[in-house]
Amino acid sequence: MTAISHHVPDGMIAAYAAGTLGYPFELVVAAHVSMCDECRALLAAHEAAGGVVLEVAAAAPVSGDLKARTLAALDRPVRAEPRPVHRRSGIYPGPVAAALGAAGPRWQTMGGGVRQCILHEGTAGSVRLLSIPPEQAVPEHSHGGTELTLVLQGSFDDETGRFGVGDLEVADGSLEHTPVAGAGMPCICLAATDAPLRFRAWLPRLVQRYFRI
Amino acid sequence: MTDPTDALPSEQTVWMLAVRDRRDRAAFARLFDFYAPRLKAMAVRSGAGSQQAEDIVQDTMLTVWQKAGQFDPTRSQVSGWIYRIARNRQIDLSRRPAQPLPEEIETEEGHGEDPAQILALDQEVRQLRDALGRLKPEQFGMIERAYLGELSHSEIRAETGLPLGTIKSRIRLGLDRLRHELKGLRET
Repeated sequence: MTAISHHVPDGMIAAYAAGTLGYPFELVVAAHVSMCDECRALLAAHEAAGGVVLEVAAAAPVSGDLKARTLAALDRPVRAEPRPVHRRSGIYPGPVAAALGAAGPRWQTMGGGVRQCILHEGTAGSVRLLSIPPEQAVPEHSHGGTELTLVLQGSFDDETGRFGVGDLEVADGSLEHTPVAGAGMPCICLAATDAPLRFRAWLPRLVQRYFRI
Repeated sequence: MTDPTDALPSEQTVWMLAVRDRRDRAAFARLFDFYAPRLKAMAVRSGAGSQQAEDIVQDTMLTVWQKAGQFDPTRSQVSGWIYRIARNRQIDLSRRPAQPLPEEIETEEGHGEDPAQILALDQEVRQLRDALGRLKPEQFGMIERAYLGELSHSEIRAETGLPLGTIKSRIRLGLDRLRHELKGLRET
């Protein structure tokens, strides 16, 4: 495996640390951090910065009995762990494996051998797995918002460079690109957008709506 | 570097390690006194009412007590660790999906903690605090708003000037060493 060379932008890690990124991008950041110690360290640095802000920001007095009530609750039995820790499962990092659940991905064919599995869509955008056959192009598209694409298996190339396992591409509204999957095996990516993608050809709008891209 | 307090870990680190290693209630009470009013202010700024803010404070501090065993002072500093717990509690209480978390690095029981490494991270955080203190008020205000959850990621994109390079390198070194140790443990 080659080293990861495309990372999460600094501001996005800061927003993840502050809890303002929204679920679709958070899943991609958590998956990348699971694979990349450089970004794991950067996230910890941003959390340290958050801690410093917590220390120096204004304080608000708490009710007189809050401390006594909290100390009295220390011996209360701990409720069951609400969120189990998910481990990596095959090519899927822990947080993706958690989103998929025990059943694994349920792929939906999109034509041309391209498959997708929608993990979540909501007001903050959507996040899905995409599987592109080897050496095949993803139709040229641009973005209304920002698109994050994290490679989990194989690789792809586009106008901006080569992306291998663990690499993250950040595409904003201005980028029109045609990613082409590398040879050998399907390229499986975790892709998140904060707005619907706009394909220039290939898929008519109605079909786009059907596939919720 | 001439400051004599540089040679000691911060009070918060000492209290937190006493809680983690000896279940020291007096040390927990000190942590509560220091963090509770700050956590409440943070929750109120994020839009919680006074009562809900105090629920978040209590939940956060109880989690600090319950999960103290997971605190690793070579990879995070007390305030940053508590900040992360508080932010997760706040997300859980709002009606949005829980934040997906990165895989934990599974450490072996009792892996050696180098006191020099703990001290070094404490010092990096101290320097970060000093650097924040030297910022112009408007720049500081921007950073405060970013970390207190008042800015979106596209708004944060414009935010710069926070010197995180050295602290990141320090944490990265700790991670490399941890990976190396874990690899050694698996091979023996």
